[in-house]
Amino acid sequence: MRIDCPHCGSRDVQEFIYLRDAGPRRPDGMAATLAEMHVYLHERDNPAGRHRELWYHGSGCRAWLVVTRDTRTHAVFAVEALPASVESAST
Amino acid sequence: MRYSIFSLLRQSWAGHTGWTPAWRDAAPKSDYDVIIIGGGGHGLATAHYLASQHGITNVAVIEKGHVGSGNIGRNTTIIRSNYLLPGNTPFYELSLKLWEGLEQDINYNAMVSQRGVINLYHSDAQRDAYARRGNAMRIAGVDAELLGKEEVRAMLPFFNYDDARFPIQGGLLQRRGGSVRHDAVAWGYARAADRGGVDIVQNCEVTGLAIEAGRVVGVETTRGPIRARKVALAVAGNSSRLAAMAGLRLPIESHVLQAFVSEGVKPLIDTVVTFGAGHFYVSQSDKGGLVFGGDIDGYNSYAQRGNLPVIEDVMESAMALWPGLGRIRLLRHWGGIMDMSMDGSPIIDHTPIEGLYLNAGWCYGGFKATPGSGWCFAHLIATDKPHPVAAAYRLDRFATGRLIDEKGVGAQPNLQ
Amino acid sequence: MSPQPFRTPAGGLIDRAKPFGFSFDGRRLEGYEGDTLASALLANGVRLVGRSFKYHRPRGILSAGSEEPNALVELRSGARREPNTRATTAELFDGLEAASQNRWPSLDFDLLSVNSLFGSALAAGFYYKTFMWPAAFWERVYEPLIRRAAGLGRAAVAADPDHYEKAFAFCDVLVIGGGPAGLSAALSAGRAGARVILCDEDFALGGRLLSDRRMIGGRPAADWLAATLAELESMPDMRLMRRSTVFGVYDHGVYGVVERVSDHLPTPPPFQPRQRSWRITAKRAILAAGAIERPVVFAGNDTPGVMLAGAVRSYVNRFGVLPGREAVLFTTGDDGWTTARDLADAGARVVAIVDARAEIDAGLRALAERIGARLVTGAVVESAHGGKALRGISVRNAAGHHVEMACDLLAVSNGWNPTLHLTSHQNTRPVWDATIAAFVPGAMPPGLVAAGSAAGRFRLEQALDGGARLGAEAAAECGHGRGAGTTDRTADDEGLPATPVWRVSGGSGRKRGKAFVDFQNDVTDFDIELSAREGFRAVEHLKRYTTLGMATDQGKTSNVSGLALMAEQTGKLIPDTGTTIFRPPYTPVAIGALGGHHRGRDFRPTRISPTHAWSERQGAVFIESGAWIRAQYYPQPGERDWLETVNREVLAVRAGVGVCDVSTLGKIDLQGRDVGVFLDRVYCNTWSTLPIGKARYGLMLREDGFVMDDGTTSRLADDHYLMTTTTANAGKVMQHLEFCHQVLWPELDVRMVSVSERWAQAAIAGPRSRDVLRGVVDGQHDISDDAFPYLAAREVTVGGGIPARLFRISFSGERAFELAVPSGFGDAMMQAIMASGRDYGITPYGLEALGVLRIEKGHVAGSELNGQTTARDLGLGKMMSSKKDYIGRLMATRPALVEAERPTLAGFRPVDASQRLRAGAHFLGLGQPASIENDEGHMTSTAYSPHLRSWIGLGRIRNGATRIGERVRAYDPVRNGDVVVEICNPVFFDPEGARLHG
Repeated sequence: MRIDCPHCGSRDVQEFIYLRDAGPRRPDGMAATLAEMHVYLHERDNPAGRHRELWYHGSGCRAWLVVTRDTRTHAVFAVEALPASVESAST
Repeated sequence: MRYSIFSLLRQSWAGHTGWTPAWRDAAPKSDYDVIIIGGGGHGLATAHYLASQHGITNVAVIEKGHVGSGNIGRNTTIIRSNYLLPGNTPFYELSLKLWEGLEQDINYNAMVSQRGVINLYHSDAQRDAYARRGNAMRIAGVDAELLGKEEVRAMLPFFNYDDARFPIQGGLLQRRGGSVRHDAVAWGYARAADRGGVDIVQNCEVTGLAIEAGRVVGVETTRGPIRARKVALAVAGNSSRLAAMAGLRLPIESHVLQAFVSEGVKPLIDTVVTFGAGHFYVSQSDKGGLVFGGDIDGYNSYAQRGNLPVIEDVMESAMALWPGLGRIRLLRHWGGIMDMSMDGSPIIDHTPIEGLYLNAGWCYGGFKATPGSGWCFAHLIATDKPHPVAAAYRLDRFATGRLIDEKGVGAQPNLQ
Repeated sequence: MSPQPFRTPAGGLIDRAKPFGFSFDGRRLEGYEGDTLASALLANGVRLVGRSFKYHRPRGILSAGSEEPNALVELRSGARREPNTRATTAELFDGLEAASQNRWPSLDFDLLSVNSLFGSALAAGFYYKTFMWPAAFWERVYEPLIRRAAGLGRAAVAADPDHYEKAFAFCDVLVIGGGPAGLSAALSAGRAGARVILCDEDFALGGRLLSDRRMIGGRPAADWLAATLAELESMPDMRLMRRSTVFGVYDHGVYGVVERVSDHLPTPPPFQPRQRSWRITAKRAILAAGAIERPVVFAGNDTPGVMLAGAVRSYVNRFGVLPGREAVLFTTGDDGWTTARDLADAGARVVAIVDARAEIDAGLRALAERIGARLVTGAVVESAHGGKALRGISVRNAAGHHVEMACDLLAVSNGWNPTLHLTSHQNTRPVWDATIAAFVPGAMPPGLVAAGSAAGRFRLEQALDGGARLGAEAAAECGHGRGAGTTDRTADDEGLPATPVWRVSGGSGRKRGKAFVDFQNDVTDFDIELSAREGFRAVEHLKRYTTLGMATDQGKTSNVSGLALMAEQTGKLIPDTGTTIFRPPYTPVAIGALGGHHRGRDFRPTRISPTHAWSERQGAVFIESGAWIRAQYYPQPGERDWLETVNREVLAVRAGVGVCDVSTLGKIDLQGRDVGVFLDRVYCNTWSTLPIGKARYGLMLREDGFVMDDGTTSRLADDHYLMTTTTANAGKVMQHLEFCHQVLWPELDVRMVSVSERWAQAAIAGPRSRDVLRGVVDGQHDISDDAFPYLAAREVTVGGGIPARLFRISFSGERAFELAVPSGFGDAMMQAIMASGRDYGITPYGLEALGVLRIEKGHVAGSELNGQTTARDLGLGKMMSSKKDYIGRLMATRPALVEAERPTLAGFRPVDASQRLRAGAHFLGLGQPASIENDEGHMTSTAYSPHLRSWIGLGRIRNGATRIGERVRAYDPVRNGDVVVEICNPVFFDPEGARLHG
């Protein structure tokens, strides 16, 4: 399997580490309930089909990426860099 | 017909014309007391024990493909009860005891072979961790022995002891562990359940769960709707998909685990061995093939196949442990889809939907659990109370924190 | 050495000027360069090559390729013994040793052939129905017998002496197969300028052109082959890989390939591997793997001397060998007739041609007449006889009468199955093509197309045209234009297969000989009937119940026949019965090749500290610690054991000063406006208040509320922090911090980089540590207690201006510092410290002493931070801030994580000070029996404390903190341990911490 890193180009899956589904947002720990944090942490999207997921290019540019992939065929539809950090947020 | 040496010889004389199908290929009735979704090992075992232990026989096992076409026939056939945590050990020990009497119970030779399971250790810290586990086993009444390097060498002389990156220091041995002919487990349970009156309905895919006022009342299938008072899910690998039909999100990801078999060779290794410095375990089947496995590929998948990095990783560990394997050839590799739970342990529980029961999250420990899982799931379905040894396998434990995390890696399924 | 009685006087692609001696079962024989072991055996008249798996029936050579089910041998000897090697693909070399396998005592007289007599009882699945009584007999009696009888060849026991490599390659077009279709494809893609790799499992390129007498463009195909190869070799971006099998298709155009670099040589040349495994990434791939001929199922069809007709042509035309002198052809189509022609032309007598078809073309009739073969049409071969070598056959003619014929070779032609295995590696299924009665590729893995016979287009012209077209298309899809150059691709006429005969029934009941579907696994037509009768009708059930297709050939010659027979049983069509799915690898691959050089000490990388050489010079004993090799202790002459050494090191630290390498700790440099806020969110304690020039101990939780890691982090400047992590978790923490920043809080101004390997770091610990450092740190830096108190952290210089970092932190509980210098100065730093410390008796100490010192102080480490513990469990609950959000905050409040009775950290001492403690022991109440209910926790770490003159331990026990002074059992049955211990404060030494401040 290969992942087309937006920073590094097409690379072997061996360079990447999978984490989890990309959809759920971490709730603010001061505002959220325990139940909400439990749902965020444990209840995962797990479809047979198109899936948005977080991958880390650990042996490459160290960027976290959002990969859209079919879990039945492993076909990759999109690899997106995360919204950039402070520079673009502040300009 | 009862299977025995006598029936075999009789039939052999008669040209084997008198055998009948091992189980009926039943058509679905319109209504059952219990529908079990999933004709794999766990579903069939559940059906068998519902009939034989609880007298509940108006039961259908609904299977989308053929009996045993899922993980029961795609695993590395290992049985053991060498668990650390009190939520697990008694359950797997019950399962192992059921394996020990399985053939006589179901009148089918599944070739349960207690040839021992050794977990190798390669450092002082790993030795102490295995000592902790072995002590936990002994405290739970399970057999366990901590072996030193020379004891391991005597049993497995051809491993790499002297020129290894991570030298073998010893191993934790469970003599009662071993291996089983995996397909025969599915077929044997199917035959036994069928003889107990259960309908085994193949080529019948569940397309929906019928839920009325928070209570399950049946299933929709490719062969029409079927009513039932209780519906039980035993579809590891696909648990999330089925649960989604009831609007449930589970603490589970589906991952591919690859398994491997070599060409058949004359007997080399008697026990099951796990390498402690990499992801690799190996045993030899009665046919002579070395059966081995490693780590999951690490990404969500329903594809029943994996990729080269993990394949090579497994072979590297194989060569590191056993440098004589170099010229033995890999014959086949394949993948099975695992329900990876958030603490590495399974779920046998009610769901929030009345009458809907869940048996899921087996990670890659499902095969050895087959009899115990069926036994305890049948108990839950029949009595609506968890079986004492499976009482920790609650669906709500992730919310309450009553986790059963043997590895201590937390809510990250691809590390479990 | 014997002559080669079955070698033709001339012809073939062997080099008769290069004879090779070889041995089979100890018999000295001779062949030629260009032979396979199989062709050389046949040249010598060796027919009986192996014994079958279950019935131990005599078996010969069926095929001439990697589909061979029967002729498996043990190749080479000693540590290089290779079981189950196909004689049909093993390239002959001078001195080759081969032995038959799975027979006892000899191939000719195999006692286990007695199994054949009980054949009826040993039908498919018999073992599931018996061996159940008495229960204990399975492991003790039945199974050992079965295991000994089963298996095939004997593997080597010693370590494989050869080397293996891994390699990676990238190309536009990967062509799989070097026959006419593949070569055409490579040619057109190469002419277009594409980067092409062509792989073929054979040692010679050409595919069937090597075995069949064909014409291309009006000239012998050999001319076309030579010209094509010459042009391909001349292309700069063309890699032709002979002896290279594409064994698997993986995601996104990744192909697994094994190259047999040296298997055709007695031993690999110097610095060459035996095999090399490739991961080839191709934008497009063309499967041109040809086709595999299929046998017919009839009684005795496994008799040595019954061969596939195409294989017979290979032996005659390519290898110059007559597989028999009195031959019969059994064919179901025109294709087989060329075998009769070629046999006759090579000097064999073709006794008869048995054609299943009633109507035969006049041209073929004329051929039969020309070669003097008796023609029997509308007929089938009902049985073959002869045991260890074919002696005759029984033919049932159109009228139903039996005709007996004597012969020593029966060539069987029953059509071909496309070699489509790779197309199903991603679980896409082939489809049935009724016109050729075969499965052809259906849906394909992305980027892969099939050409020629592999696509079911069997004619040579189709192969040449299809290959050329697909090669050009693939190149175009990779952005290349059309290439120049033309090739005449007209081929001579050829006959094609007609309607296959799947099985010849007949003979009567139990008297009929066995008719094999799967030769290698001894699956008969009868087994398939039985499987149907018992309900194992689905293809997966059929395979698993009968073992059809599960042998080392993966059913290359049997799967389709098996389906056809099941279809007969169930009254269905073949495609409705099921399809064949093949799993990788296409042919078995040596485990060594896939492991590459990752074995022995090179299994995994070895990380060494920048001070490693210094430790070596001090005589350190080293130990593996994860990926690192670390100094365990530094023995002195005269010390009797490791404990004596470690005791000396520990005492030296507390009494004077010691130095220890701590470079392996993870170090993460964090810079930016918001690092303080960021640290507040990733650590459970507070960071934004940390003054510049100060270090603080931090505890990091996972989001699930359990402890993830700990370490000290220092603030070097307003916007500059340096985090340390444990050695084991360095990578994991880095990934976690990147996640927290990039995914959770990208708005924070934080930049981070791992600097673990940039700095060498040493702990200087003990009452005299500052004195030692005074001689190391440049004079302008004030490191007095006032200027540099406990938890000070600053950038300094050493050695006259070398940048360094100094931290006053302590794992040992002593006045202690950690000094970091750029890695390249690590050795110099240690020398400087030692030189400065000489007057104070400075003592190097290793990992063991470090462990003793930290256990004496009750500091937690890896075995306490094992992922199963909360901050409260470790007595660190007070560190958890309630004023801010941080990773793990909420989940740490789950009910089960805050229960009072959770096992918490405590210290343990044996009541009898002479008794040893061991980590991994469980705690039981005194006098309580061992049971899960009575299990109160376990010992996590132990050490011998030379100060207390006793073993001490840390552990977790229910309500630990409230039970100081209580006695319990440390129960360790796996090491026969059962020690009464007293629960105590986990800080055994200097509980007030007075020594920290000097």
